[in-house]
Amino acid sequence: MLAKRIIPCLDVKDGRTVKGTKFVNLRDAGDAVELAEIYSEQGADELVFLDITATNEKRRTLAELVKKVAAKINIPFTVGGGINTVEDIDILLNSGADKVSINTSAVKNPNILSDAAKNFGSQCVVLAIDAKLVENVWKVFLNGGRIETELKAIECAKRGVNLGAGEILLTSMNADGTKNGFEIELTRKVSEAVNVPVIASGGAGTEEDFVEVFTKGKADAGLAASIFHFREIEIPRLKRYLKKRDIAVRI
Amino acid sequence: MKIAIVNYNAGNVESVKNALNRLSIEPILTDDAEVLGSADKVVFPGVGEASTAMQFLRERNLDETIKNLTQPVLGICLGMQLLCEFSEENDTKCLGILPYKVRRFESKDLKIPQMGWNNIFDLKTNLFEGVEENSFVYFVHSFYVESGAETIAACDYGIKFSAAVNHKNFYAVQFHAEKSSAVGERILENFLRGLNT
Repeated sequence: MLAKRIIPCLDVKDGRTVKGTKFVNLRDAGDAVELAEIYSEQGADELVFLDITATNEKRRTLAELVKKVAAKINIPFTVGGGINTVEDIDILLNSGADKVSINTSAVKNPNILSDAAKNFGSQCVVLAIDAKLVENVWKVFLNGGRIETELKAIECAKRGVNLGAGEILLTSMNADGTKNGFEIELTRKVSEAVNVPVIASGGAGTEEDFVEVFTKGKADAGLAASIFHFREIEIPRLKRYLKKRDIAVRI
Repeated sequence: MKIAIVNYNAGNVESVKNALNRLSIEPILTDDAEVLGSADKVVFPGVGEASTAMQFLRERNLDETIKNLTQPVLGICLGMQLLCEFSEENDTKCLGILPYKVRRFESKDLKIPQMGWNNIFDLKTNLFEGVEENSFVYFVHSFYVESGAETIAACDYGIKFSAAVNHKNFYAVQFHAEKSSAVGERILENFLRGLNT
């Protein structure tokens, strides 16, 4: 049976991981390659590296980091942050990334999704959606949550999949950093709206939150950062917990 | 021991090379018929679309080269599918080494592609020596190889399909052994060091 995936997210800047609460107040949580190895050994099913400052600052170091990670770890990983062109994608995939996650440019220039899918296959094209509840509507935000759009999260997901996205990384900005649980309703709606896997992100605080997002939220994967970085939840224990709750996990 | 990786426009050539490096093997990436023919073992990776890959192989005469290999060959993911007779992916005639057709997953309930870790069972041959039944390995695919007499590992995703097959000197795995953690490493190690040439 296909297992639900547990994905630690490493927000990186200059090769080191950082994690903010609601996208500000960054804290240094360690060396990215070292952390990747630890997670891989702990039983993480996949890793996501987000170059959080990529849209603002230069990020030549990213490809180098990707190469180092690819040489070391034996599980799949996704790289995102500031990807604007097919050339950007080409560099990251050639450096050893298994997938790329595209956020801002997928909204500003949706053709990047179809071009990427045509050139490299949908399986490596992840559409990252940052959604925030504004006046009862889940709106898509860009540039690390700084720019509001009129686009609705579900429409964004559907359109992205039609263009060629092979997976959706759905972050609730309202839940992110709160540790009050994933955004179940939104995750379920997006998961039901598209026929590709959905990674739920934002809000994980307890083991039970993962149970909820996999059952009620119909997520295919659960992503979290600080609870893993600061060892508030250890992946082996989380997976044992999920297994006891009859959720298919790889142990 | 000389290990060659068929170097063509497949997405995961570097990942396979990295995985072999982790097993202290420095593979040769090549599309040269002579080098491939003289290697002790050959890995045939693959990520991408079948018809484009087949066209690329034909243009470089790699189709004939691969068919003529007599040493152990390991096809991975699209590499496995290309070793078959035919793929429903853009109705592509493939290499015809494995007597199987490649089908598209059809399901209303399941997400396509199958992406993630699934368990493999009914494990046969030395390729799976030391690998426990129902071990999890990493899959990413929208098409699958039917199960049959040559199936040496099965998997279930709405339908039971071949996670691995063996026909003469050709071995093939649908999952990404190079991304399947310790289990994948063991399978690669079995192929590289365990099977007799």
